[in-house]
Amino acid sequence: MIRLNPKYIPLLATAVVLVAVFGTGAALYPNFGTPRVFVNLLNDNAFVGVAAVGESFVILSGGIDLSVGSMVAFVGILIAKLLQVGCDPFLAMGIALCAGTFAGAVMGCLIHFFEMPPFLVTLAGLFCLRGLGFVIYPESIGIDHPFYGEVLPQLSILVAPKAVLPFTAMCFLASVLVATFIASFTRFGRNIYAIGSNENSARLMGLPIGQTKILTYALAGFFSAAGGVVATFYMQSGNPASFVGLELDAIASVVIGGTLLTGGVGFIPGTLMGVLILGLIQTLINFNGTLNSWWTKIVIGVLLLIFIVLQKLISRRAVTQL
Amino acid sequence: MSTQLLEIAGLSKSFPGVKALDAVNLVVRSGEIHALMGENGAGKSTLIKVLTGVFPRDAGETRLSGQEIAPKSPREAEALGISTVYQEVNLIPHLSVAENICIGRQPTWLGAIRWGAIGKRARAALARLDLTLDVNRQLSSYSIAIQQMVAIARALDISAKLLILDEPTSSLDKTEVDELFKKLRILRQDGLGIIFITHFLDQVYEISDSITVLRNGCRVGCFATQELPRINLVSHMIGKTLGHVEALEQTRASTATIRSDTPILEARGLGKKGTIQPLDLDIRPGEVVGLAGLLGSGRTETARLLFGVDHPDQGSIRINSQPVKFRSPRTAIRYRIALTPEDRKVAGIIPSLTVRENIMLALQASRGSWRRLSIAEQDKLADRFINSLGIKTPSREQVVRNLSGGNQQKVLLARWLATEPKLFILDEPTRGIDVGAKAEIEKLIQSLRQDGLAVLFISSELEEVVRQSQRVVVLRDRRKVDELTEAAISEQAIVESIASHSSERAEA
Amino acid sequence: MSDSLSDLIFWIAFAAILLALRRQRIFWTVGALALLLLFNQFFTPGFFHLQILDGHLYGSRIDVLNQGAKVMLLSLGMVLVIATGGVDLSVGAVMAIAAAVSSRLLVTQHLPAGVAIVAALCISVLAGAWNGLLVAGFGIQPIVATLVLMVAGRGIAQLITEGQIINFLDPTMVYLGNGHLFGLPFTLTLVVVMLLLTHFLVRRTALGLFIESVGDNDEASRYSGINAKQVKFLVYTFSGLCAGLAGLVACSNIKSADANNIGLYLELDAILAVVVGGTSLQGGRFYLVGAVVGGLFIQTLTTTFYAKNVSSDIAPVPKALVIIAVCLLQSEVFRARLAWVLSPLEKFLKPVGSRLPRHLPTTARHDSPKS
Repeated sequence: MIRLNPKYIPLLATAVVLVAVFGTGAALYPNFGTPRVFVNLLNDNAFVGVAAVGESFVILSGGIDLSVGSMVAFVGILIAKLLQVGCDPFLAMGIALCAGTFAGAVMGCLIHFFEMPPFLVTLAGLFCLRGLGFVIYPESIGIDHPFYGEVLPQLSILVAPKAVLPFTAMCFLASVLVATFIASFTRFGRNIYAIGSNENSARLMGLPIGQTKILTYALAGFFSAAGGVVATFYMQSGNPASFVGLELDAIASVVIGGTLLTGGVGFIPGTLMGVLILGLIQTLINFNGTLNSWWTKIVIGVLLLIFIVLQKLISRRAVTQL
Repeated sequence: MSTQLLEIAGLSKSFPGVKALDAVNLVVRSGEIHALMGENGAGKSTLIKVLTGVFPRDAGETRLSGQEIAPKSPREAEALGISTVYQEVNLIPHLSVAENICIGRQPTWLGAIRWGAIGKRARAALARLDLTLDVNRQLSSYSIAIQQMVAIARALDISAKLLILDEPTSSLDKTEVDELFKKLRILRQDGLGIIFITHFLDQVYEISDSITVLRNGCRVGCFATQELPRINLVSHMIGKTLGHVEALEQTRASTATIRSDTPILEARGLGKKGTIQPLDLDIRPGEVVGLAGLLGSGRTETARLLFGVDHPDQGSIRINSQPVKFRSPRTAIRYRIALTPEDRKVAGIIPSLTVRENIMLALQASRGSWRRLSIAEQDKLADRFINSLGIKTPSREQVVRNLSGGNQQKVLLARWLATEPKLFILDEPTRGIDVGAKAEIEKLIQSLRQDGLAVLFISSELEEVVRQSQRVVVLRDRRKVDELTEAAISEQAIVESIASHSSERAEA
Repeated sequence: MSDSLSDLIFWIAFAAILLALRRQRIFWTVGALALLLLFNQFFTPGFFHLQILDGHLYGSRIDVLNQGAKVMLLSLGMVLVIATGGVDLSVGAVMAIAAAVSSRLLVTQHLPAGVAIVAALCISVLAGAWNGLLVAGFGIQPIVATLVLMVAGRGIAQLITEGQIINFLDPTMVYLGNGHLFGLPFTLTLVVVMLLLTHFLVRRTALGLFIESVGDNDEASRYSGINAKQVKFLVYTFSGLCAGLAGLVACSNIKSADANNIGLYLELDAILAVVVGGTSLQGGRFYLVGAVVGGLFIQTLTTTFYAKNVSSDIAPVPKALVIIAVCLLQSEVFRARLAWVLSPLEKFLKPVGSRLPRHLPTTARHDSPKS
């Protein structure tokens, strides 16, 4: 008999939930199972997804990043403002990504060098970025640059009849691919797992703790900023007041994607599935029409609970095995 | 003759207030297993930590294969060929076996990790230990023994010349130890130098070629294992020459105060797998029972079973002839049992609370949260014990963290005396405290005994055990090997029974 | 003229309090509040203006007390949770639930206000007990355990209100957040009563000692016979109760229950208030009054921005700076680096029972990034 590696159990559970939710939808509504719904799903959740990928790294390292929502909003208004003053869109995006990476690195440095709790440091990041967004411009700015209006819509691929994969969805999938590579095929990525699983051991094994931690937060900042860039594609505007509480969705996606909130266990593709599960529940509730949107939150909460308890049981079993 | 691999000369290291290592020398040759022995505080772990660059040294020099080295971190030490395997397996439980062996130095191609090569390398490293595992399985799915061997394999993968094993056997059972030793012999054949730290005498004699004994930060000597009788080894470790042991004046307390022959506590066949072999133990009111044995012999484990911290999987406990089961220390406390733990910092003091709060804690806990002691009662209680035990503190509102070790210990004693216990378990009450405080605590124990308390006294210092106890239970390698009473109690007798080859015979 | 006289009295009283607290831990918190108020005294015209209308006092300082009530109430529960080494992220969502339950019972079920209030508080206590069960019973990390209710709680609140914003006019409910007692807002009385009650609960019983003991050294507490699980369960339950009260005040303030927005982000403010109040996120010693003053400080900061006509949207930035400052002051690495500045200061302000800067761990640090 093939012995299932216990670290795959949460991922498997995520896949089962994803299939179950999708199956339920397909069984209930004839239009649900079409590629088009799926493509829309990817499009609608692209910016959350990209940000959640960044959050995955931080959670894998045993930390937490609360600044995601503010970062997405900040980057959105930054790009919108830069475009408004006539900046080149690619330069604007580059500046935004650099700013995000820098902010992440600063938080990482505070956490590492002063041994401050990640929770509070990224909470400060949340407040700071939210405020800075309003400093740039206190209201929503629409984006009417030709790149957004004309070029972007053409950057899409027909994947199936009546199902066009938009550029935002491609960004999302590309992020997942890149992140999976970083997490599974680089020393840096493996060091993140090691630190998240047991920081003290990792230190005694001679792994570079500080460097890895700072880079992890910088990387998370980069992905959050990339999420902000994707959000401008999707919204065609920037608004400093938007995306409040997005970090919760990101964290929930990561956990439902099978990543242990205490760090060290999880897979980036799991986060992709987590984001899709959250999106599917939303879609399902929209399809239903009579169910209300608050059920989304309740269902997400219940799923969170199930995954947390599942992981607790697995880790407890691992301990008793010894 | 094999070459000298590691030479340490005149190594010294001080911490604030303590000289942890005082001009220590150590020579390890290639192809030998060198045991490093010493009681707690002897400086073994400091020596290892200085050697591997965890602590900077104050003085002295280290040569590896004739080259002067001074690693600044474990990583640097590893690069030089010195690898350490700790008692608590310091690997990443959630990662696979292969990854644990290779992490930090994975083979890459254009920055991408070559997983295939990792598996191959891991299997090769394990093969040197004559071990085949599914290297893709998560490390935590293997037993501690296997994890330990994976840790050794990791060390081998860096082409280590010197392998340091810090108490590798303390969580292994007999067959696992045999298996480990088989692997170590293979490595010895390969010409590795191995420093082996353990508290198990049998194992030292089974595997090691030479022994260096440390005591109080000084090197006592280096001996060829074959030429060092056990009894001499034990005497070296505890710091009494044989003549000394015999000549020591017996200043044992009288036994006149034993009030009744009914034991307050009777343990029958009490044991827990992997912790302590089943043992019998009686403690009577007005009696001090000493629990002697080297570190790791099961002394603390016995105390934890008696106090309900751990749960026995066999045997029974009776208090005043009533059978009882301790679900937690709370239950034990209800039966008027008290325990001062071996590790004051982890399980004893509440560091940021005041002396007063630390003293009243257990009494208050047994009263529950509603029946709070009034401030006046608390002050009276604290003052009473500060005076009677001579706790040196600027005020009862001083934070306990700022007290010296001896005074912290007295605060702990006060905490339990306030609950008026019937049985007091003292686990290493005199460790790490100065001589004056030590004498005071010893005096206190005798006065408690005269008041009719039953005391279980655990100490690594045999002299103390002999002075204090009316009965001494000797433990070795996690089983009770002897019980001495009254006149039979002497350091010599205890040393002999610890050193005796009687492991088979003692198994009842 | 009468203003400057009352200001003078205010400042003399405040200075006296500060001096009296010189050796207490909360000196820092009260001192920070004093600095903020001093800034307003000179740079915010009208901030110190008080007037009496219909026998009630009005003015910015009164606003601070009234608006800050929610965070102060939350911080009372939060400080106990944090003292055990945990954190409760769900208080904002529990506020929404309490608001939803009370207004639903009041408006659609036409139940008397008293019943609605009691029912809302009972539900909040249950919510807190749920958190306590996850943390103490199942041993789940507090951040994770309370995250569940933080996410699901708002959905539950919306479920109760059926997604509507329920408006109410019931005088009792409206009085809770808008009424006056002794010329001062009723919320102030509520905070003071709750503070006294909490103080009684933890300091007149041994519970406070047990909480600090568990937060400071879980293992040693168990050896001393303290029921750590029970203690943890209790503090989360109590935090639920405080959140419920805050939720009632919040919906009463705006005379409606908006499940989406009531208590949004207030869990962060409450945690901040506790930390500003001198309690460490690591657990251990806690400062009840400090947490309440911390809440007051945060509200003063926000109100200052309103008064200076700075967009309330930028207000988070100084909050972020406050967090970093407090974290730095609590960071042992930072304290060690700045020991030459801090230690003379600490000697002067040395509290009774002394909080000397701890020695750094002797282990050398190897993890600094290598170039």
